[in-house]
Amino acid sequence: MTDTTTLIEKKPGIARGLRAATSRFRGVEAYQEELTGTARTRFLRHVVLVGVGLVMLYPLLWMVSASFKPSAKVFSDSSLIPSQLELGNYSAGWSALEHPFELYLVNSLILAVLNIVGNLVSCSMAAYAFSRLRFRGRKAFFAAMLGTMLLPAHVVLIPQYVIFSKLGWVNTYLPLTVPAFLATNAFFVFLLVQFMRALPMELQDAAKIDGCGPYRTYLQVIMPLTIPAMATVAIFTFIASWNDFFGPLLYLTDSELFTVPLALRQFMSAEGASDWGPMFAMSVVSLLPVVAFFFIGQRYLLNGIATTGMK
Amino acid sequence: MSASAPGSVLTAAPGGAPPPRRRRRSSAAAAEERAAYVFLLPWFLGLLFTVVPFGVSLYLAFTDYNLLQSPQLVGLENFTRVFDDPKVSKSASVTFGYTFLAVPISMVTALAVAVLLNKGVRGLKFYRSVFYLPSLIGASVAIVMLWRSIFGYGGIVNSFLGFLGIDGPGWVTDPDWALVTLVTLSVWGFGASMVIFLAGLRQIPVMYYEAASVDGAGWWRQFRSITLPLLSPVIFFNLVLGLIGSLQTFTQGFVFSGGTGGPAESTLFYNLYLYQQGFQRFDMGYASALAWVMFIVIAFFTALNFLVSKYWVFYDD
Repeated sequence: MTDTTTLIEKKPGIARGLRAATSRFRGVEAYQEELTGTARTRFLRHVVLVGVGLVMLYPLLWMVSASFKPSAKVFSDSSLIPSQLELGNYSAGWSALEHPFELYLVNSLILAVLNIVGNLVSCSMAAYAFSRLRFRGRKAFFAAMLGTMLLPAHVVLIPQYVIFSKLGWVNTYLPLTVPAFLATNAFFVFLLVQFMRALPMELQDAAKIDGCGPYRTYLQVIMPLTIPAMATVAIFTFIASWNDFFGPLLYLTDSELFTVPLALRQFMSAEGASDWGPMFAMSVVSLLPVVAFFFIGQRYLLNGIATTGMK
Repeated sequence: MSASAPGSVLTAAPGGAPPPRRRRRSSAAAAEERAAYVFLLPWFLGLLFTVVPFGVSLYLAFTDYNLLQSPQLVGLENFTRVFDDPKVSKSASVTFGYTFLAVPISMVTALAVAVLLNKGVRGLKFYRSVFYLPSLIGASVAIVMLWRSIFGYGGIVNSFLGFLGIDGPGWVTDPDWALVTLVTLSVWGFGASMVIFLAGLRQIPVMYYEAASVDGAGWWRQFRSITLPLLSPVIFFNLVLGLIGSLQTFTQGFVFSGGTGGPAESTLFYNLYLYQQGFQRFDMGYASALAWVMFIVIAFFTALNFLVSKYWVFYDD
């Protein structure tokens, strides 16, 4: 995965370099124009892109700005830069709900960490078996794994709920974490399989000659090389778990167990919200970890998502 | 991901099986097989949580079941009810209306922006990040509430339209417009498919465009005759994922309407109705039937997609 992506990214560069070399006699400017258009089209392109970018970012900037404004002024004061920095919304929002907001943050964090650990361990184990070991039924099981990827989650929803409630798991974190430890996310298994298959088989043979069994090969040879793909899985898992609304809505009824999305939702009733400032303040708090993860792990995310469409 | 990972494209084709080794079944091979099953143990257990419920849900669809009493077989009753229930047809039309607007608009936007970015724009990485970020948070509770606020009464959208002299509609309260508001939210998240398009565009060899421009083809002709056919597998991939995802929309409708699907059921997505039946009224037999009808519809559309793809998706290799 890694190397196909980097190779692809290099390809246009190689072609361009060749082309630059052969068309030297036409002069650098003519070449530049042919490549990316005239100065005017290049300028227009940036105008369009900046315009789209503003539309994309404006709602977010507006929300951050609103979180610093007094509730009464949220809609009347239209400037993005608030006249005074009002931190009151943050303290008001933090204690506006039944429990202090840090409880919901910690709950969400617990779920996210458990899901990350579960997915990393179980999906990489399954991927290792599918990509590096030979056993009877490998093809059939692999096809079954791909098949579960196409299964809409909502078809199995009701029986799953029935099973979990018979097990007495409703109103605990078990229904929201145990499946992650059982490699139920076929997309991640697939992603890791693709990555591990691209590692040279010779590595494994060398390990075998040195007396490494399949378990040590997994732990000491394959795992360290799979770190980039594991980072992709971890970041995707974090964002999915942090944003998940439906799972907690189904399984959690005790407000002490609520996650951030469930808590946030209480700011808005069917008629809409009234306390805008605190609501936006806590919305900003809820989005910050995702934005932080996005900036930290951008390249893993972008490569991961780009690869899914390529195979 | 960096070039530091030692995998090489030359030594192992992705998707290929390990090279066959001619050797008699040794104890080492048997050990490898045992190890494989050990590594797959969690996945086998996980299969119990997906495959078994799949069968059980088909059974429940033919029963009357409220979680407290044991299921009573009722034959086809649930399915006839699905087809008579006016809320089913309403929620189906909401879901399809949303999908048929949101998916094409998002995809065209994503493709247009990707093509612009692919022209060697300075600051590509910055633009790509700005466009991609919203897709990560678009379905979160915070953003759906934000959308309700900026489109709602006194929100910035109508202030802006008023500034242009347009009297904006009741984006949140008017049943004719509420779903459109959610479509704009979906389009705002076009970045995920844009990134996939961008990766696809980078795989198209530059020499094709060079040959075309030598032959005198303009940019539109190049786009139609080179970009579109060579990108068609990626377009197809985005289309399949977009349709499946969009038909299963839930959070947006739930948070936007406070769980009711209002105003006047205009945001009553099919999955929201299924949730109301299964988990608010605990009519789990009926909800299972609803789930199976949806499963069949999604399977039908996906299959149709694959069939039609033979006529427009072009595989280079």
